[in-house]
Amino acid sequence: MDGQHLTKVVLLACGSFNPITNMHLRMFELARDHLEDTGQYRVVKGIISPVGDAYKKKGLIEARHRLEMARLSTDSSDWITVDPWESLQPEWVETAKVVRHYYKEMLETEQNTDDVDTVKYAKKRRIEENHFGASSHQKKDGLQLMFLCGADVLESFGVPNLWKQEDIDEIVGRYGMVCITRSSSDPHKFIHQSDKLWQYRQNIHVVREWVTNEISATQVRRSLRRGRSVRYLLPDGVVHYIQEHALYSAESEQRNAGVVLAPMQKNTEVS
Amino acid sequence: MATRRIPLVLLACGSFNPITNQHMRLFELARDHMHSTGQYQVVGGIVSPVSDGYGKQGLVLAQHRIAMAKLALQSSDWVTVDEWESQQADWTETVVTMRYHYDRILKEYERSTGQHKDSSGNPSPLSSPQLKLLCGADFLDTFQVPDLWLDDHVEEVAGHFGLICVSRGGLHPEQAVAASDTLSRHSHNIFLVREWVRNETSATEVRRALRRGLSVKYLIPDSVIEYIHQHNLYTEDSERRNKGTVLRPLAKQATQPGKSLDD
Repeated sequence: MDGQHLTKVVLLACGSFNPITNMHLRMFELARDHLEDTGQYRVVKGIISPVGDAYKKKGLIEARHRLEMARLSTDSSDWITVDPWESLQPEWVETAKVVRHYYKEMLETEQNTDDVDTVKYAKKRRIEENHFGASSHQKKDGLQLMFLCGADVLESFGVPNLWKQEDIDEIVGRYGMVCITRSSSDPHKFIHQSDKLWQYRQNIHVVREWVTNEISATQVRRSLRRGRSVRYLLPDGVVHYIQEHALYSAESEQRNAGVVLAPMQKNTEVS
Repeated sequence: MATRRIPLVLLACGSFNPITNQHMRLFELARDHMHSTGQYQVVGGIVSPVSDGYGKQGLVLAQHRIAMAKLALQSSDWVTVDEWESQQADWTETVVTMRYHYDRILKEYERSTGQHKDSSGNPSPLSSPQLKLLCGADFLDTFQVPDLWLDDHVEEVAGHFGLICVSRGGLHPEQAVAASDTLSRHSHNIFLVREWVRNETSATEVRRALRRGLSVKYLIPDSVIEYIHQHNLYTEDSERRNKGTVLRPLAKQATQPGKSLDD
């Protein structure tokens, strides 16, 4: 296989990671295997971007802990990293903005290592920005950023006021998605039933998870509250960290109870 | 007066081909469950990989399966790997393995209580230990397979020792118990633990992924992955091992006169 013609891919996963689990980490591995199996891609980096505290999700503990747990869990990985940028922002940041940020950063890193004509690049980007066709990925010199998520995130596109339509256009139309299936959802059906997603179907890579591994962070937190073991569901380092800092109690689960989720607040205010 | 908890050791028999995070989860779930009954104190866990004589398709050498299990359990402070079963010349019935470990545990208990007598010379108030078989729900279904188990072995495993069965995915262990007269008779000694994580990580799937050069990271410990790559285990060739061979328990049971219980 001639490595020259492969598109380099960076995978970006956003989420609460409250806490990070082996399932989150598996998503990256599955996505990489799937993309490389097509013979068209080489996955060069994975980025875990934990959401900021301003997201106001019930039971969301402080970002500094969630970041540290994610870091501990990626110690043994040579390609998956954790980036604190999103969690450091004072306000909640729309996913599309996060994706845009990392896309820019990815290009900057590439530019620093390549000899690129910046003038030519800027002109090309202006042209592309005005056109989201079905297959106009933001690809620059064979480098692409893809949004990695579970099928539940794909289906959340249908929840009123959770996503702005133009953000979906951007994430799926301009960048691309890798979507890991869960037993309870059928992403192909969901894509089929949405005209917008159908339009972008070539940008959505659905990865079938044959070995069901649905470690829900919600249930992990529940087990922890009840003094039950979560060993082998999360990396050992994360289990120790949680014990050391006594994270996840009945109190922590009550955080943000009754508070409106940030995206919903933002999107309803606008209208 | 505080009720004395019964010291309990959990024994898991199986191929462990290879050991996975899910195997180790079984121990964690079982321990939590038995503690929550208020009657038991889990004091140890034993992983007992089956011997090569089992004849199961795709089974790699016991020395490797033992080494991988040891690597996986390095960081555990209560579960250990035992080589006795794997070292026996022929495949060993589960009940024989149980008897061996129970005798060992009992001797250890008698030795330690012999040393701990109070001032009046009375024996230590420690309860006598128990050994129970830890398994997945699919294991209960094996009791229905003709000629795989001897009736009085089922009686001994379920009645005398006891089972802790962790349910997986869509299987319903209550049905397997109900479907067997012997198991139903001992239902009080069969502990059913519901695994809420829909985690169907199986060693079969892990081997499949390895054959295809796919990642198994976060399904089995890193040290085990390294070992597998170092020794190039789990290839198409290894999966063909024992193909067409009759599983040893079936071959063995077929030559023995069928024992049945007198009611």
